[in-house]
Amino acid sequence: MTSGSMDCNELVELVTAYLDGSLAAEDRARFDLHLLECDGCENYLQQFRVTVDTFGKIPPDAIDPAFRNRLMGAFRDWR
Amino acid sequence: MILMTRTARDDVALVAALRAGEESAFAELVDLHTPAMLRVARGYVRSHEIAEEVVQETWIALLKGIGSFEGRSSLRTWLFTILINIAKRRGVRERRDADVAVLAFTGGVVDPARFRGSDDEYPGHWLPSEVPSPFPDTPEGSVLGDELIALARRELDKLPERQRVVVTMRDMLGLDSSEVCELLAISVANQRVLLHRGRSAVRQVLEDYLRETT
Repeated sequence: MTSGSMDCNELVELVTAYLDGSLAAEDRARFDLHLLECDGCENYLQQFRVTVDTFGKIPPDAIDPAFRNRLMGAFRDWR
Repeated sequence: MILMTRTARDDVALVAALRAGEESAFAELVDLHTPAMLRVARGYVRSHEIAEEVVQETWIALLKGIGSFEGRSSLRTWLFTILINIAKRRGVRERRDADVAVLAFTGGVVDPARFRGSDDEYPGHWLPSEVPSPFPDTPEGSVLGDELIALARRELDKLPERQRVVVTMRDMLGLDSSEVCELLAISVANQRVLLHRGRSAVRQVLEDYLRETT
């Protein structure tokens, strides 16, 4: 990583590392300082968080009852 | 949450019940894990039918091996390890050179044309016309919220295989980074790259959609 201030096009590459807490302390500080001054990147981070949250809201696939019956049948065969 | 975190005691109790041939224990495990297993299997094989076969084969392998389960990893991790091995063997989209190609990609996750050029006073910063706006709040059950979820799901399916599998495991199913690395036998750094590229690609689609509709 380069030292000094962070540009927007660098920040967008580091968002997952930032959210995972895996940035080195110096890069995390540059990231945080940039956010303080840049509404665009603050909004970008918000968009990113919403995207991650949206994945978490995708409902699970329902188990097809016929498939579930096949699985239970496999269990009875095994037992 | 689809995958609840089970304590070791839950695992131990369920395994003991399975060994005793207790059908309700198997039904409980099937209902808990099968939806997530289908999602993950679907990342490797080309049809839902084959994904079901992979999941069924996995359950049978689990039952056959239940006597040797020692509880060193969680039952879920063990189950998904079996699943991924079977899915990979069945998959037509077999992945190669697991770690090598990931970091070779050099393009950015945002179109470089959205940033100011090197001749600008603020090179690398958003162009005024390209500054991101916050996504709107979408209460649960709102029309827009449901549209975004449906869109995210469609776009997730379009991602390259390994991005899709990592995003599914991390963001849809709630597995943590170390678990995903172990299951997929990839490094933490590559896991993060795949996750970041997948998330970024879908973020862009959501942004385009919201720009058009709001």
